Amino acid sequence: MTKPERDPYTGLMTTGHEWNGIKELKTPIPRPVKFFLALTILVSVLFWVLFPTWPYGSGYTKGILNIDQRQLVAEDLSRSAALRASWEEKFSTTDLAALEADADAMTFVRSHGARLFKDNCAACHGTDAAGGPGFPSLVDDQWLWGGESETILETLKVGINTRHEDTRNAEMLAFGDQGLLDADQIRALTSYVVSLSRADELSEKSVAQLPQGKELFAENCASCHGETGKGLRDVGAPNLTDDYWIYGGDVDTIRATLRHGRKGVMPFWDQRLNEADLRLLTLYVRDIGAQTK
Amino acid sequence: MISQLTRDERSSAMYLSGLLVLFGGFLAIAGRNDVLGWHGAMLVFSGAILLFALISRFYDDEPARESRHEYYDDPTKFGVVVAMIWLVFATFVGDWVAWLLVFPEATFDAGWSSFGRLRPVHTTGVIFGFGGNALIATSFHVLQRTSRARLAGSVSPWVVLIGFNLFCIMAVTGYMFGITASKEYAEPEWYADLFLVVIWVVYFVLYVRTLARRQEPHIYVANWYFMAFILVVAILHIINNLAVPVSLGHAKSYSLFSGVQDAMTQWWYGHNAVAFFLTSGFLGMLYYYLPRRAGRPIYSYRMSIISFWGITFLYMWAGSHHLHYTALPHWVQNLGMTFSIILVVPSWASAGNALLTLNGAWEKVRDDATLRFMFVAAVFYGLSTFEGSFMAIRPVNSLSHYTDWTVGHVHAGALGWVAMITFGAFYTLVPMLWNRERMYSSRLIEAHFWLALSGTVIYVFSMWNSGIIQGLMWRAYAENGTLAYSFMDSVDAMAPYYVARAVGGFLFFLGGVIGLYNIWKTIKMPAQAHTPIYDLPPVVDVEPAE
Repeated sequence: MTKPERDPYTGLMTTGHEWNGIKELKTPIPRPVKFFLALTILVSVLFWVLFPTWPYGSGYTKGILNIDQRQLVAEDLSRSAALRASWEEKFSTTDLAALEADADAMTFVRSHGARLFKDNCAACHGTDAAGGPGFPSLVDDQWLWGGESETILETLKVGINTRHEDTRNAEMLAFGDQGLLDADQIRALTSYVVSLSRADELSEKSVAQLPQGKELFAENCASCHGETGKGLRDVGAPNLTDDYWIYGGDVDTIRATLRHGRKGVMPFWDQRLNEADLRLLTLYVRDIGAQTK
Repeated sequence: MISQLTRDERSSAMYLSGLLVLFGGFLAIAGRNDVLGWHGAMLVFSGAILLFALISRFYDDEPARESRHEYYDDPTKFGVVVAMIWLVFATFVGDWVAWLLVFPEATFDAGWSSFGRLRPVHTTGVIFGFGGNALIATSFHVLQRTSRARLAGSVSPWVVLIGFNLFCIMAVTGYMFGITASKEYAEPEWYADLFLVVIWVVYFVLYVRTLARRQEPHIYVANWYFMAFILVVAILHIINNLAVPVSLGHAKSYSLFSGVQDAMTQWWYGHNAVAFFLTSGFLGMLYYYLPRRAGRPIYSYRMSIISFWGITFLYMWAGSHHLHYTALPHWVQNLGMTFSIILVVPSWASAGNALLTLNGAWEKVRDDATLRFMFVAAVFYGLSTFEGSFMAIRPVNSLSHYTDWTVGHVHAGALGWVAMITFGAFYTLVPMLWNRERMYSSRLIEAHFWLALSGTVIYVFSMWNSGIIQGLMWRAYAENGTLAYSFMDSVDAMAPYYVARAVGGFLFFLGGVIGLYNIWKTIKMPAQAHTPIYDLPPVVDVEPAE
């Protein structure tokens, strides 16, 4: 142990300890440290008196202000509900057609509806609502279940292929995986489906398969997609004669669809959004479709 | 390394390596259809390499008996180099995930490279790989110097270092395979956790036994901090990771806690990991290398005392501020918040004690980038502890929580404080350890300093901006009670800040690469003439070879 000595630079004494050349000064604790320590402790004690803080046995100190976060949240929610009341009742009760004719209502739809759409729908359908592989475009005026406002509202509420009790159901069977058709038949059927929209693209070999494909179509597909392949809105079966495709209209994708089937899911929203918001979204979806046209 | 072990030590190292092979073999067989099995195979492989090296050099000459009266620095050398390698790897991954937020498609369509898996690779790699190795390495060095005693054992330091690194490798490879316990900063699964418990107990025992044979009447401050780090991390790690594995042959486990109790345990752990891993341990580092480099006495012994006990006592209460406005009872949040506010005082007293120690050495701070690293580290320590206490105030937290502000705060601490103090310590330590006159290039240290500082500042400023903008956008309501912005709008608004952050992170990564190169070139420089002193007391528990 070395002796305490005076540090030449500060003029302060050292403690007399030394470790591998490191010494320590015997500087007293600076005033600001003591002051702020006292201050922060004082503020904390004051806080403990005012707010809920310390537990004891089965309960905790409530604080003399008697404030609790549950009650604060409830107040916030009721304040927010009061603000929303200015438009919510109108949107949840007025006829959708009447709202579509109301310019003021539609201005509101375009601002608030856009935000609702981005927060709830854009993850699948895209911020521009143009969809992508597996997720239908909402701006091409092609509707699986129908584009009327009541139909769209129903789809929003119950979803497609969900666990909602009133869900819409639509499934493209896995003809290959389930052994309903063999590889040759699937090839012929693929050619036939391509021929419905783009007959000129088919090779000679494919054209030769068309009679077999047509027969298979009548047996396996027509019940949902209709005799002519124009689809059936009652069961959500898409039109196969146009240029709109959900998963892709190229030969490989069509063959994959026939082999493995499809069962896309649209979530149900009636337990997550209220009536006003659902109707607002319906109007918004119809509106962007109309504007893009 | 093996040449510094006696034959007896070589044979006990062989037993331990054999044990590793057996343990790994058990995991490999029990978990053959699982990632657990792969990790078991990796342990078998590592144990076999160690065994092979030990057997092939078993009959080499034993170290001279005098060398037992010298400090044992081989483990520290290993730890320093490995820490720098982890730094380069983990900051690279960090910058990659930063770019993923700008270009989300940069995962190359692979599962292992998705954001959710790479992010814990980055955090574990930096905190445990880089930080952990740096702490173990410097703690061994500081412990011996300030106790004037050789490490109490020549094999156990290797158990600690090699075992700890195997744990880190199991952790990061596990994440890439999709294995996670889903607890932030405690993601490794049960078998890796148990493995670490054994390693950590060895570390603790080694530390206490070395301290017990010290030749100094008092225990130096740095050792208080290192001891707190080792002891509390053990407690935190064991309690937070209590879990029931699905089976002994499966990596998956379920936490023993559920619901809000699980959340509270996790953030009690999370916050004290910040306190005792990232603060206490690195303060230990600061308390040795800063006064050594500055050549100045510690400003105030009393401030060291109140800071140490203040930090140790107060941090334990503060974890609940991570759960403001959640299902956690209001009173728990409030209690954590008040302790967080008091906590700023001992934190600033520590930073102040470090900065005031530099009085009388400011010209060195100007001229010597190594000391400047430690000075800037103390400044960032003060800055981020103030920021942390500020963010712990509930109304402030309602703005900052879940935003990039938190990310900025963490990086002010991790880059500005933890990494900078380590760089300062390493540049002081490396020439001492390898007995070189100086570092290979002081200009490269200078370059590293400015890259690290500018990278940190760019990072932190961009996250402050994006965090506060996010917070304000999320809480903005229109007059009719609807939200003013969608979440997507806030994501769009972040784009420029995410680019800036990734650029800042890249600068910091580049500095790390330069640091590793500089250290490597220093090791390759010729050694100075060295006269061993051999003044340490004999190591009682190691019998001299006959």
